[in-house]
Amino acid sequence: MPEIRVTPLGAGQDVGRSCILVSIGGKNIMLDCGMHMGYNDDRRFPDFSYITQNGRLTEFLDCVIISHFHLDHCGALPYMSEMVGYDGPIYMTHPTKAICPILLEDFRKITVDKKGETNFFTSQMIKDCMKKVVPLNLHQTVQVDEELEIKAYYAGHVLGAAMVQIKVGSESVVYTGDYNMTPDRHLGAAWIDKCRPDLLISESTYATTIRDSKRCRERDFLKKVHETVERGGKVLIPVFALGRAQELCILLETFWERMNLKAPIYFSTGLTEKANHYYKLFITWTNQKIRKTFVQRNMFEFKHIKAFDRSYADNPGPMVVFATPGMLHAGQSLLIFKKWAGNEKNMVIMPGYCVQGTVGHKILNGQKKLEMEGRATLDVKLQVEYMSFSAHADAKGIMQLIRMAEPRNMLLVHGEAKKMEFLKDKIEQEFSISCYMPANGETTSIVTNPSVPVDISLNLLKREMALGGPLPDAKRPRTMHGTLIMKDDSLRLVSPEQALKELGLSEHQLRFTCRVLLHDPHSDTDTLGRIYTHLKSVLKSYSIQHVSDGTVIVESIVIKVTSSAEEPNLKVILLSWSYQIADSTDTKKKKKKSSFDL
Amino acid sequence: MKLYCLSGHPTLPCNVLKFKSTTIMLDCGLDTTAALYFLPLPLVHSPRLSKLPGWVSKDGAINLEKELKECSGRVFVDSQPEFCLPEKELLDLSTIDVILISNYHCMMALPYITEHTGFTGAVYATEPTLQIGRLLMEELVTFMERVPKAQAATCWKNKEIQRLLPGPLKDAVDVWSWRKCYSVQEVNSALSKVQLVGYSQKVELFGAVQVTPLSSGYSLGSSNWIIQSHYEKVSYVSGSSLLTTHPQPMEQSSLKNSDVLILTGLTQIPTANPDGMLGEFCSNLAMTIRAGGNVLVPCYSSGVIYDLLECLYQFMDSANLGSTPFYFISPVANSSLEFSQIFAEWLCQNKQSKVYLPEPPFPHAELIQTNKLKHYPSIHGDFSSEFRQPCVVFTGHPSLRFGDVVHFMELWGKSSLNTIIFTEPDFSYLDALAPYQPLAMKCVYCPIDTRLNFHQVSKLLKDIQPLHVVCPEPYTQPPPAQPHRSDLMLELQPPPMAYRRCSVLGLPFRRRYERIHLLPELARSLVPSEIKAGVSVATVSAVLQSKDNKHVLQPAPKPTPVPPSKKRKRVTEEPPESLNPKPLLSGAVPLEPFLAMLHKNGITEVKVEETADGHILHLQTEDVLIQLEEDATHIICDNNEPLRTALRDLVLRFLQKL
Repeated sequence: MPEIRVTPLGAGQDVGRSCILVSIGGKNIMLDCGMHMGYNDDRRFPDFSYITQNGRLTEFLDCVIISHFHLDHCGALPYMSEMVGYDGPIYMTHPTKAICPILLEDFRKITVDKKGETNFFTSQMIKDCMKKVVPLNLHQTVQVDEELEIKAYYAGHVLGAAMVQIKVGSESVVYTGDYNMTPDRHLGAAWIDKCRPDLLISESTYATTIRDSKRCRERDFLKKVHETVERGGKVLIPVFALGRAQELCILLETFWERMNLKAPIYFSTGLTEKANHYYKLFITWTNQKIRKTFVQRNMFEFKHIKAFDRSYADNPGPMVVFATPGMLHAGQSLLIFKKWAGNEKNMVIMPGYCVQGTVGHKILNGQKKLEMEGRATLDVKLQVEYMSFSAHADAKGIMQLIRMAEPRNMLLVHGEAKKMEFLKDKIEQEFSISCYMPANGETTSIVTNPSVPVDISLNLLKREMALGGPLPDAKRPRTMHGTLIMKDDSLRLVSPEQALKELGLSEHQLRFTCRVLLHDPHSDTDTLGRIYTHLKSVLKSYSIQHVSDGTVIVESIVIKVTSSAEEPNLKVILLSWSYQIADSTDTKKKKKKSSFDL
Repeated sequence: MKLYCLSGHPTLPCNVLKFKSTTIMLDCGLDTTAALYFLPLPLVHSPRLSKLPGWVSKDGAINLEKELKECSGRVFVDSQPEFCLPEKELLDLSTIDVILISNYHCMMALPYITEHTGFTGAVYATEPTLQIGRLLMEELVTFMERVPKAQAATCWKNKEIQRLLPGPLKDAVDVWSWRKCYSVQEVNSALSKVQLVGYSQKVELFGAVQVTPLSSGYSLGSSNWIIQSHYEKVSYVSGSSLLTTHPQPMEQSSLKNSDVLILTGLTQIPTANPDGMLGEFCSNLAMTIRAGGNVLVPCYSSGVIYDLLECLYQFMDSANLGSTPFYFISPVANSSLEFSQIFAEWLCQNKQSKVYLPEPPFPHAELIQTNKLKHYPSIHGDFSSEFRQPCVVFTGHPSLRFGDVVHFMELWGKSSLNTIIFTEPDFSYLDALAPYQPLAMKCVYCPIDTRLNFHQVSKLLKDIQPLHVVCPEPYTQPPPAQPHRSDLMLELQPPPMAYRRCSVLGLPFRRRYERIHLLPELARSLVPSEIKAGVSVATVSAVLQSKDNKHVLQPAPKPTPVPPSKKRKRVTEEPPESLNPKPLLSGAVPLEPFLAMLHKNGITEVKVEETADGHILHLQTEDVLIQLEEDATHIICDNNEPLRTALRDLVLRFLQKL
């Protein structure tokens, strides 16, 4: 029985280090290859030894697909391809291909240069890894090999984020990566056609949340920033350099403009300019409105937002700072946080999800004392606000996607077990499909029931369709009869006559003859004539012929009349029919004969 | 399967393919060469043009001085320029299901097709094709609407009058079908019907046909199309290029195994080498500038202009002309330059990799930044105050009949210091210049047409081996001007099927098979038997279900038992449909094993008689005769139905069922 097997190496009942192995139609595919922000040890990367204990992965994987540039989806890629060893194709969209190496390099710098870790991937490895990348365009069908094809759909999570459909023969899987079903200020909404995959693997970060309207959240955000700045406080917004940051920048920029505010807004890394450049060059990946107006006004050229210098953090007076990374687990954002945490006038706004183990996660859970490296503790006095701006689908969005794609089975990853459980029940109830949520290292098998594609001869099909009429009749289904020829790899369905011809076989005629005795005073010819007239009147829908050589032919039943010279009134009626004539029809004929007799 | 040819123009095709119950229009090019019969539309009042004498026939009998003007011995229509549309009468345009667009030059007739014709289908195009096509259409509309003409000239079209006109007007064909330009509303409405597709995207049409655009290497987003079912494949090749310019290279291998290849859009100037022309372009440009003259380049607002700018970007500094300003004047100049930078996915590798840095893929961004290239929506406004001479002006329309180029012709035409360099191959430059004669300015003809030439196409066809080629008639003979150049035509075996405007071609297809799916339950129930080594057969009795052009076979339902309560039924006539038809039989019934089989089943008294063709078995106890022949078995058995069926089943054991 054909089946699809799915094993998460990461993101199974967890958020972080997304890495999902899928086996479908004899092909093995790795979906995403991310790192975990919550760990600094081996658990940071997926456990690739699951695939093989010894050595390189190339022969075990047909391809690797990266859904978007966030490190929890691509952070382990150079480690996997260069240190563990994989030389096959890695697929990602153009924007992901452009931005991913920059974030990887950033990640490497923080880990190696700042934290001094060794045994980590090098800049060269990132470059070598990126050489294996094959860019994907939206909706393009990419033939990985003869059988395996993949197709990317817009996911709306960050610039270049994609959902991907994997297809082998008539079996298919859709992996969503991270996606967002509501358009925001810079990206459009995820979309997929009714592709009816055997399995839909969806993220479930916000499995239990139904978020209020985007507008409310935006108003709330602006109000909080405004209030803090008004009372002279500093606002820290930890973000990832690309993605949510641009949306919030657009939001603050327009607000500052409208309210004529003077407090400076800074963006922490040198990435800003570069990031905005990417947005400009990949404007076809942003939302409708930005794309339409980009010639007149480029939304990514900001007037109020300036580059941040480390020394500004100690400047007096209010300011707003966007700093990376987004979960306060390292880097500039953590540095600024440490500086500002002690003042209750200040505020930190966490605009996205924080992985367990990060400072972001801790403070969001209300922790007021943080243990820092070197046994120091940090008192958290500043206000901590959480605003769900990260562009994940909420429960409503996930249900919406299921309705769009109409999968036969569902599998949840990239979420917390408890929340998944809840969503799983809901999905099973509402759609009556099976929903799975394997943990890391746990394999889920889904039995598929593919139909068998066959080449049918057009003659046979047309004949059948003509006989069957334009609409099928449920009460009187027509049975079609054909011969399936299996030769080499081809399956062809043809009419039995054609099959005989093609196979060079001659038909074997099987006929039956029986004699019916009948008393009739007429001559042989007249008897036959009477039989003919009678049959003609009774069997109106059959073709009946009276052939001049003394036979009557009803379809393929041959009737002859003879008599012996001794008993001219005793007629012997020879009734001869072939095997293909249904027996019951035949019996009927006989009965008719007897009724005629009487 | 049929092909309706609505345009005879080889590079502005418009064909309709009827393929498996779908009606697919391939491109809808607009032939703008008809505009050459018209007088230019000046942006600023032109004393010269307004003083041209009207035309009166020699004997004075026909006076059309309001409609026709004479200039240097040629007669032009003084009216808003008109275009030659694809044929509208050959088939009902409302029956078209989809229109496939191959590149932005081949979609300019779209509003004429989709508006006011009852068209309800969809149009498929890539994103660059749509966006740049929209720019070109908007530009055309602006060119026309900026200079409104009070009334349209129609008298000259009268057959009786037209034949008395001087040539070339006398020989213009189908003049009554010419139409003036569409409106912005019509453009918007037409383009709202476009659905975007990406290269290699498989688009299903009604479940019957799959269409796929492939990169054709000619312009941003330009595509060739594959139209196929599971068994038949038509390739539509239009405007393709193998040269390395800015677009993504042409995808060739997917064109293999085509039953029919429709070939259009080859180079219009097969004798000119684009690289050589580019060199000539640069040297003529440099010469003029050095001598203090201006250079006018009439061009389309997208396409080759990007390559020209890139070429000049490198050339000007090396020629020590770095300070010469370039002006690009078009209502869509800014948009065209901006759009060119955002379609990285559609560009060649080299340009694509720039975006990863991130840098704009085209160097004209730098030309703009350094103020070397300036763009203006028209000659009015900032341009008039900012422009310096000598300079290079890129502007449209290449027909020289409308657009800002008309103004520069009037302005610079009288000085022999200036040069006009023709790079677009769509118009005869002599015809284009006719209403400006006498002209002092230098004229250089450097047509740059990057589309396939005959040498490239014959190599391509050798590689991809289509069974049949369909092409416009001109490709099947040498160019009229060079009748001895048999290398400038397609020579193929079998010879290509040629079409001209209004041809209807029957395509040589024999469809034999269709895809059908056996439901898994049905597939499992089949019993295959091996007929010969490697070949197995199974009889299939199933119910056919056809929906949305997809066919599925499902297991036949179990016959519902007849309710037993009924009395002996009257003999009814209804054919017993629910019964499975019997399979055909094949093979032979061997005598000895058959006898053994009979014996095993209790029939022992058998008299065997040899005949010419086989044997006759007489089952003496039962009084049954069985004739055994190689291809036939005949059982003669009276009134013993159980015995007959038993014997039948014994015979069947030896035979294969199909």
